[in-house]
Amino acid sequence: MTHYLSLILFTPLVGACLLLVTPREKEDAIRWIANIFAGAGFAISIPLWYWFNPQNADFQLVERAPWIPSIGAEYFLGVDGLSTLLILLTTLIGFIAVLSSWTAITERVKEYYTFLLVLQTGMLGAFMSLDFLLFFLFWEVMLVPMYFLIGIWGSANRLYSAIKFFLYTLVGSVIMLLGILALYFYAHSVTGVYSFDVTAFQQLNLPVNLQWWIFLAFFLGFAVKVPMFPFHTWLPDAHTDAPTAGSVILAAVMLKMGTYGFLRFSLPILPDGTRAFVPLMAVLSIVGIVYGALVALAQKDWKRLVAYSSVSHMAMIMLGMFALNPVGITGSIVQQLNHGISTGALFLLVGVVYERRHTREIAEYGGLSKIMPVYAAIFLIMTMSSIGLPALNGFIGELLILQGVFVASRMWALFAGSGVVLGAAYMLYLYQRTMFGKVENPKNLHLLDISHREFATFAPLLVLAVWIGLYPAPFLRRLDGSVQRIVARVSPQYSPTYAALGCGGAPTPQMIAANGAARFLQSVPCGPDGRPLVAAESAAR
Amino acid sequence: MPAGLAISDFYYILPELVITGGALLLLVADVLLPVARAAAAAGAGADGLTERHRRRTQILSWITLGVIGATVLSLAPFADTHVEVAGGLIAVDRFALFFKVVFLAAAALTVLMSTRYLEIEGASPGEYYFLVLCATLGMMVMAGGIDLVTIFIGLETMAVSFYILAGFIKPSQRSNEAAVTYFLLGAFSLGILLYGMSLMYGLSGTTSLRTMAVAFAGQPRDPRLVLAVILVVAGIGFKIGAVPFHMWAPDVYEGAPTPITAYLSVGSKAASFAMLLRIFLEGLPATSADWRLLFEVLSIVTMTVGNVAALTQTNLKRMLAYSSIAHAGYVLMGVVAGTPRGVSAMLIYLLIYAFMQLGAFAVIVMMRRRDVVGDELKDYSGLSARNPLAAFAMLLFMLSLGGIPPTAGFMGKFWLFGAAIDAGYVWLAVIGVLNSAISLYYYVRVVVFMYLKTEAIGSEPAFSAPLGVVVGVTLAATIVLGVYPRLLFEAAEASARTLGVAGTAIALK
Repeated sequence: MTHYLSLILFTPLVGACLLLVTPREKEDAIRWIANIFAGAGFAISIPLWYWFNPQNADFQLVERAPWIPSIGAEYFLGVDGLSTLLILLTTLIGFIAVLSSWTAITERVKEYYTFLLVLQTGMLGAFMSLDFLLFFLFWEVMLVPMYFLIGIWGSANRLYSAIKFFLYTLVGSVIMLLGILALYFYAHSVTGVYSFDVTAFQQLNLPVNLQWWIFLAFFLGFAVKVPMFPFHTWLPDAHTDAPTAGSVILAAVMLKMGTYGFLRFSLPILPDGTRAFVPLMAVLSIVGIVYGALVALAQKDWKRLVAYSSVSHMAMIMLGMFALNPVGITGSIVQQLNHGISTGALFLLVGVVYERRHTREIAEYGGLSKIMPVYAAIFLIMTMSSIGLPALNGFIGELLILQGVFVASRMWALFAGSGVVLGAAYMLYLYQRTMFGKVENPKNLHLLDISHREFATFAPLLVLAVWIGLYPAPFLRRLDGSVQRIVARVSPQYSPTYAALGCGGAPTPQMIAANGAARFLQSVPCGPDGRPLVAAESAAR
Repeated sequence: MPAGLAISDFYYILPELVITGGALLLLVADVLLPVARAAAAAGAGADGLTERHRRRTQILSWITLGVIGATVLSLAPFADTHVEVAGGLIAVDRFALFFKVVFLAAAALTVLMSTRYLEIEGASPGEYYFLVLCATLGMMVMAGGIDLVTIFIGLETMAVSFYILAGFIKPSQRSNEAAVTYFLLGAFSLGILLYGMSLMYGLSGTTSLRTMAVAFAGQPRDPRLVLAVILVVAGIGFKIGAVPFHMWAPDVYEGAPTPITAYLSVGSKAASFAMLLRIFLEGLPATSADWRLLFEVLSIVTMTVGNVAALTQTNLKRMLAYSSIAHAGYVLMGVVAGTPRGVSAMLIYLLIYAFMQLGAFAVIVMMRRRDVVGDELKDYSGLSARNPLAAFAMLLFMLSLGGIPPTAGFMGKFWLFGAAIDAGYVWLAVIGVLNSAISLYYYVRVVVFMYLKTEAIGSEPAFSAPLGVVVGVTLAATIVLGVYPRLLFEAAEASARTLGVAGTAIALK
């Protein structure tokens, strides 16, 4: 199966090409083709869950072919645990987004689905690429379809929001491109080989001041995408004005590009730069957590509220990552998945009522739980998941992040904790205003509860929310290799203690004491160096 | 130094001879064609006349394409040649070959888009195509010239042809104004260039660039030479449309017939860059510190002013004029780098730029109807609904000009920035990328009109087979070179290496 990743990658694109040659009047045929290809894309990607070997910390399912040999660029794909999970999230969310649009989109159907499918390929490519130029190519490919999705099918202020999204992201990423080039030429001066191979970059030891500059360049690219305070201002506009599927993809997958970028590139390639920037990143994250939550509390627009909650949650993910210890990083990855699941679902939920009422004003609603009981139940579960209620996915992520942050700094943990509390406040306040109370608006009296098709879009997210909440071990197991590779670069103090502990056996109490994630492992996987892949943190201190 | 021509020299300048012969043949055919010339002069007259004019235009354009095809074929024997011929007046090398291919491809595409345009405007096709071929000949001589005299002759041949072509739509006031502007400013700048060249000659005692490089090598810094450099930079700056010598560009671009605007912005610009590289990298490597600084400033100012000015334009041709000024600024980054990588990046960029720019102009030509000029932004409102193919093509050309992958424009820009960073000009690259982000604002504005505005104001685009070929070829090139640019990168690298005597002149650092 050497071309397995390419197969996943290009399935949506084939669908898009097929749509291009379909006559635009045949709207139902177009919908079917798009749904079939998005569904097939998801189905094809499922074996990835099984074929990915968590015991092997190397990149797997690698495909390598020359692309532009004269500059050393390659068509180089491969996955580790981190990208495996994000790819699966992408194919699932992509399918859900396509499925959710069946009745919501009635104009320019052909173009809509074409853009969605092209976007899907762009996102998958970014998660799979191990060649930095190829990564950048896919990274930028995402921009244009998203611009159109917001600009054509968005709501009132769409033109402004679309161009704002476009230019913000673009400025960040072109600066990142310069960082990539600087890295490329420096790598050549050391190794004598022109190459964009990320796995080779991860083994370089760059001079500290160069790392500092390249980190700054990457930071601009990734921080805009995350988005970190103060680069977040495009997000509420883009989210609010995008069509439902656009918001879902934006929140569930595209924001993860930023965090993925930090984990895949900034941290392992530029460990010294990363450590130098920890205070800044922590401050920006904390500001983001608190500010995002407070602003969310004040929103009158349902979708805008969810958008600001994203700012807060993504900041939490960044804080966990920049704790720079195994638990924090594991937590930040798990929370990326959780955020994709819960915020994706929340945007879908807004979309459901928006399609019926064409307003997002929270004040327009109230008492919906009586009229749409199934809807209210799903909304409740997803609200709880977003808040971090135990037994649901959000709890696992937040717990791991808080654990990691606590080890790094108790002061940070205090702020992160306040974010959790505020998160509960704005979500429950939203739920109360929309679902409970009397039905005061007569327009709401005859709203239909969700249809089977709509339920189908929520079902997988509900399953995942419960699964991760109750039994996250399969996810954590897949992440261990990636997390340890990052930690070995960025926090080597976690490494020397490996030798003292065996690998392959059950996790020892020290491991569990040091790394909360370890308790979920049946056997501790071995790293590439033959040492166990769970760091013993207390031993290092 | 040239002591007469040998017989073998005529073999090496075969492509130039073919195109000259072809151009003359075209003039003869124009006279001999049994169609009343009144048809052309009368323009939109009786139906019979326009029909005959149409046939005549088509026949002549086929002849022109034949000439260009024959010239391309005559380039084939020189694919791996690297010699100086005609006593050191002309070099036949990969560098020249690369540019000649660019010129001929651009010329062929220009001819294809002109057919319909000439029919609508009712302009005389014979002289038009003759001048296009002459301009191409001039460019070819400029790319091959390694002697100031040869380069200047090539430049004049090209420039004079363009002066006439810019004013070719005689009834149009805009076209006349364009021609006069271009002629006056062009003549002035040529004077400045010539003054700089004469200083170079006076100081070195030779017009041959390669001999000059040897003469200047190791000499102490001479203020007269610095003055010569400044004058030559100013003269060439005019030709490539660099700020502050760009004033002519928007008016000329807007006024000239659209296919000529396209050819001017692609061919003339590429040829001027070829001349620039020959003069500075082959002739004046000794003063590289001076001219690098000049070009660095010029590059920054050019791209910034070009992009900022383009932001507010509502006429597409004018906007593309400012954008082409900005693109000259990007390409200058390669000169500043001055390394073989910089040169190869320039070659790559100029070729890619040729395709995307010609493609964009082809779409504009498509919008030209008898009563609508079709170059105002609002003419493109709702184009995606009226003609999805034209809108899609324009979308990709705009994205490519803005440098968004997976289009070719990204590959070109990426490698130019790479060359600048490699040569240590990080800040220049930073300014470059910020500029390219600014530029997207106005490229995307075209897209906004085509896709996001639904009210259809403009006319139905007129699709014709030759225009379809132009759009198809440029579109294919824009995509293929963006996704799989391998062959282009290899060709450009090989070509850049042959600039200068066995690469010695180019090894600056």
